[in-house]
Amino acid sequence: MDLTLKQSDDTLHSEAVRLLQSGVGKLIQPPDVEGFRSWNRAKSKRLDDKRMSEAEAVRRFIRDGDYIGTELYGTVRCPMSLVHEIVRQGITDLRVAGQGVLELDMLLAAGRVRALDLTYIGLEVYGLSNCLRREVESGRVEHVVEWSNAGIAWRFKAAAMGVPFIPVRSMLGSDTLKYSSAKVIECPFTGLPIALLPALILDVGLIHVHRADIHGNAQIDGISGFAAEMARACKRLIISTEEIVDTEVIRRRPDRTIIPYYLVDAVVVAPFGSHPGELCYRYARDEEQIKLWVEASKEPATAEEFLEKHVYRVADHQAYLDLFGQERLQALTHGAPGREA
Amino acid sequence: MSERTYNASELLICTASRLMEDGTTAFIGTGIPMLAASLAQKLHAPNLVTIFEFGGTGAILETLPLAVGGGCTFNRAIAASGIRDIVETAQRGFVEYGFLGGAQIDAYGNLNTTVIGNHDHPKVRLPGSGGGNDVGSNCWRTIALMPHDQRRFVQTIDFITTPGYLTGPGAREAAGLPRGTGPYRVVTTLALLGYHPESKRMQLLATQPGISVEQVLENTGFELLLADGVERNPPPSAEELRTLREQVDPDGLYI
Repeated sequence: MDLTLKQSDDTLHSEAVRLLQSGVGKLIQPPDVEGFRSWNRAKSKRLDDKRMSEAEAVRRFIRDGDYIGTELYGTVRCPMSLVHEIVRQGITDLRVAGQGVLELDMLLAAGRVRALDLTYIGLEVYGLSNCLRREVESGRVEHVVEWSNAGIAWRFKAAAMGVPFIPVRSMLGSDTLKYSSAKVIECPFTGLPIALLPALILDVGLIHVHRADIHGNAQIDGISGFAAEMARACKRLIISTEEIVDTEVIRRRPDRTIIPYYLVDAVVVAPFGSHPGELCYRYARDEEQIKLWVEASKEPATAEEFLEKHVYRVADHQAYLDLFGQERLQALTHGAPGREA
Repeated sequence: MSERTYNASELLICTASRLMEDGTTAFIGTGIPMLAASLAQKLHAPNLVTIFEFGGTGAILETLPLAVGGGCTFNRAIAASGIRDIVETAQRGFVEYGFLGGAQIDAYGNLNTTVIGNHDHPKVRLPGSGGGNDVGSNCWRTIALMPHDQRRFVQTIDFITTPGYLTGPGAREAAGLPRGTGPYRVVTTLALLGYHPESKRMQLLATQPGISVEQVLENTGFELLLADGVERNPPPSAEELRTLREQVDPDGLYI
């Protein structure tokens, strides 16, 4: 198939960009860059106080059927208090960008995922995700579209750039590309085959950060995963933060701001918001709790019991933290990765 | 355990560690590659630049991360960036070695971590590419680490998650993958394997201690070439085992 580029100057002969391959995977979220521009223009630029609870943020900004994304992943700086609230409120039919461990496992266990742009869902050192296996092998997840890790991050980058696709050299020649919705063209500059990944614009993004002000100016310590890209690739963005700081703190070190306020719709204060995962310089993984989920997730009934105890029967994030108690949480801060001894 | 006996994980770690050169860059995944990198830094490669997918560059591995984005992956590192920066660094040719695992591998070093069975109706849904495809596509030389049996070393893998030499010589370049990249070694519980320079098919370079060539062939589901003069890998040394057990993984998380 040829995509002919029309040249107005007829001294130039018409050139064709050759389309070499099209992935067979469903394009779960088409890259509507014009719609995204209009959306962003209409977004409030006022310095409002955007603080609210998990319950209010999820109720106001996430709907059934939305396409959502979480950052970083499951056991590392993951917005777990927000994910718990999504499960608690019964939001369903979600389409999800999937680099995930515990957070996507819980959404899968609760049967809330309809389609996945998937790069990795597993339990890392603890092996395969039983929830992913059950939901995909049974066909309850209707579409599973394959990508590489950087592939998903690059798709966010394209959206962040405001362009409909990004050319990359990953995924070429593989079944990962075949079962994606990427395309391969012959590069018009070099003649090399090059993969084009469609921009991924999220309905809602969820990111946990070390500190933010009441307007949503947010700073992250340590590695930043794909927070900068994803924050710029969302129509609505919910930030959870370990603490609220005065805007002056942000203004003293503006170089540290990864997410400026105008991207943000809600700021949720969530100390230990990544529990049972870790947050560098703040707290370590709660290995005991992670292992509880690893065991519980093996069977639907035990997974459901786990969710009953830690999500459904718990009113909010504070009540969740109360299940563990101050002493145990404080102990986690002593083992925080990167913390000066 | 004495310094003359060791388990399969310790053998894999020590063999992989010897492949890590001082002053090079290596893309490290969780598990065995991390332990191998930590051991190499403590013995022969203090300036091995470890690169972790979610943003850690040049970490000194003092404690063992359980997650590829965990705090230890940028412990005393030279930079903490993000996933795009890391993979773009590999995409523009800065990363020499990439370490990978897989559920299945074929004679051309193609790896499957996506599904057993049919993609749309899988018998077993595996985690997916993760960073595997990015590493296998963009690092100069990739090294796979895996247990060695007929279920893993197969004639035809169910899904090419991460490209090896695909269908043979020239196939990577024809697909548009960066020129001169590809599988370099496979470290297993039975052998050290490489690739024939012309045919790009996997070949046996060395057997692990106490393992015969026949045992390697019996446990490989495709026709395995033999390099000229198959060598015998020396067993893990007393120093390697002591360092591994006392300094790298004293809590026995992985070994």
